[in-house]
Amino acid sequence: METTEATEATEAEVRPLLTVNNIEVIYDHVILVLKGVSLHVPEGGIVALLGANGAGKSTTLKAISNLLGAERGDVTKGSIEYMGKAVEKLTPSDLVQLGVIQVMEGRHCFEHLTVEENLLTGAYTRKDGGRAIRDSLDKVYHYFPRLAERKTSLAGYTSGGEQQMTALGRALMANPSMILLDEPSMGLAPQLVEEIFEIVDALNKKEGVSFLLAEQNTNVALKYAGYGYILENGRVVMDGDAKSLRENEDVKEFYLGLSSGERRSFRDVKHYRRRKRWLT
Amino acid sequence: MDTLYAFFVAPFLDIADSPVFFIEVVIGGLSAGVMYSLVALGFVLIFKASGVFNFAQGVLALFAALTLVGFMDWGIPAPIAVLMTAAVMVVLAYAIERLVLRHLVNQEQIILFMSTLGLAYFLEGLGDTLWGSNVKRLDLGIPEASFEIQGVLLNQFELVAAASAATMVAVLAVFFHRTRVGRALRAVADDHQAALSVGIPLKSIWVVVWSVAGLVALVAGIMWGTKSGVQFSLSLIALKALPVLILGGFTSVPGAIVGGLIIGVGEKVAEVYWGPVLGGAIENWFAYVLALGFLLVRPQGLFGEKIIERV
Repeated sequence: METTEATEATEAEVRPLLTVNNIEVIYDHVILVLKGVSLHVPEGGIVALLGANGAGKSTTLKAISNLLGAERGDVTKGSIEYMGKAVEKLTPSDLVQLGVIQVMEGRHCFEHLTVEENLLTGAYTRKDGGRAIRDSLDKVYHYFPRLAERKTSLAGYTSGGEQQMTALGRALMANPSMILLDEPSMGLAPQLVEEIFEIVDALNKKEGVSFLLAEQNTNVALKYAGYGYILENGRVVMDGDAKSLRENEDVKEFYLGLSSGERRSFRDVKHYRRRKRWLT
Repeated sequence: MDTLYAFFVAPFLDIADSPVFFIEVVIGGLSAGVMYSLVALGFVLIFKASGVFNFAQGVLALFAALTLVGFMDWGIPAPIAVLMTAAVMVVLAYAIERLVLRHLVNQEQIILFMSTLGLAYFLEGLGDTLWGSNVKRLDLGIPEASFEIQGVLLNQFELVAAASAATMVAVLAVFFHRTRVGRALRAVADDHQAALSVGIPLKSIWVVVWSVAGLVALVAGIMWGTKSGVQFSLSLIALKALPVLILGGFTSVPGAIVGGLIIGVGEKVAEVYWGPVLGGAIENWFAYVLALGFLLVRPQGLFGEKIIERV
């Protein structure tokens, strides 16, 4: 019950930048992937979308950025609002111009373009002139000094961490007000994960960029996010501010890999599963 | 022994014997090569931006040439007819995106390839229906007089062809590497999904690519049409472009040019000097054998993008 109170509190405090209202997503007209997901991202917030493989995190992000169409997915129910405007019908390009950009899972750099060219493609939709784009480029290099060193190398030859930075920097070049960040920690060393999240945090605080990030690494995500949603089987099974989630016994047990003292027995697990069925 | 002598020694003696003739053969090869390059260029453009081998490229050249001749038959002066044909090619590119490509986003490459196959047959039929299927003469007033420099015979038309190829390459190189849209084209070629995610609208990009490929086809069509008449066989030059692409690399504009020149020179020289030993008609298969050899040694071609593999 305390979770719903938390939601209301956030809504009351800050106007939501992004509202996802009970969306359902179907792939190929038959495969039901999201079964009614709702969430809010407040302006200037970092919100984490947590859950295991196949829980529907990426699908949720792609439903928002409208990249689903290219994968033959469809939002069949519910609505998505950005700054109070319905955005389900917009193309990804329109959304980028509105300020919502996605950094896809697995980085997806343009391998045969140099790092700098990769960054410049991020500014494709901008119409404010070469000068402003130059400034953004400097800003990206300021946040990612490593990219400045590698700017003339082909992105395909850079390391995984550098590729993640390139992908993030590329998104930043679009001057977004909101970044949908999909699995930034994937395949990276813990130290690098920390580095990337520090930058995310800095972008959030200094540039005012809001983040909705999908992560399997619950530990790191809850350290930086203000609020979290836990997805399972295409449904939100739990949500709350990061602190309450971190302290929640079930989250500790199943997502953080911590348990209170001695090992839990299988009975507790069964208990949790049963309870969850009730919740959903 | 005689065969070996005829194969490995005699041709070189012939070359040494009359170097001027050899140079003429090479120049003949180069000029044929430029023509191959012109067609190959169109393939490279579409392959770069969508990873699809556009089987219809040869037919595009035929269609452009047919349309141009058709306009000129109406009594429209050549420069205006060329501009009108260019406009037709752009409209055609738009229609192709609208009616074919748009519905195939994120499909397997082979499906896109098959759609270009269908497109080739459709355009062939459309060209025939609109402009008739008889062989036509295309005369834009490109000079064709021959002249001599130091005893070597040159043809003005061949020089014009070479100059137009060089200009196109220069323009395309600048376009791909220095402009916003060119960069976006390369991005799309690398990763459709990522290109979409950063807000590059695939649809308009494809219209641009097919328009440019259509314009390149127009230039190729003009050159080939002037040289050998506008007829159905024009669309078959597409087949000659295939070994050119394998040699030069499917993704490289300079590669298409260099590949074309190598194939052109190679087959002419082989025909003249080794033809008699092998019984002639080498020209017909030499390019393919060369391409086959290349596939074994360097599958990405001379200038193709490296296949990036991180280890």
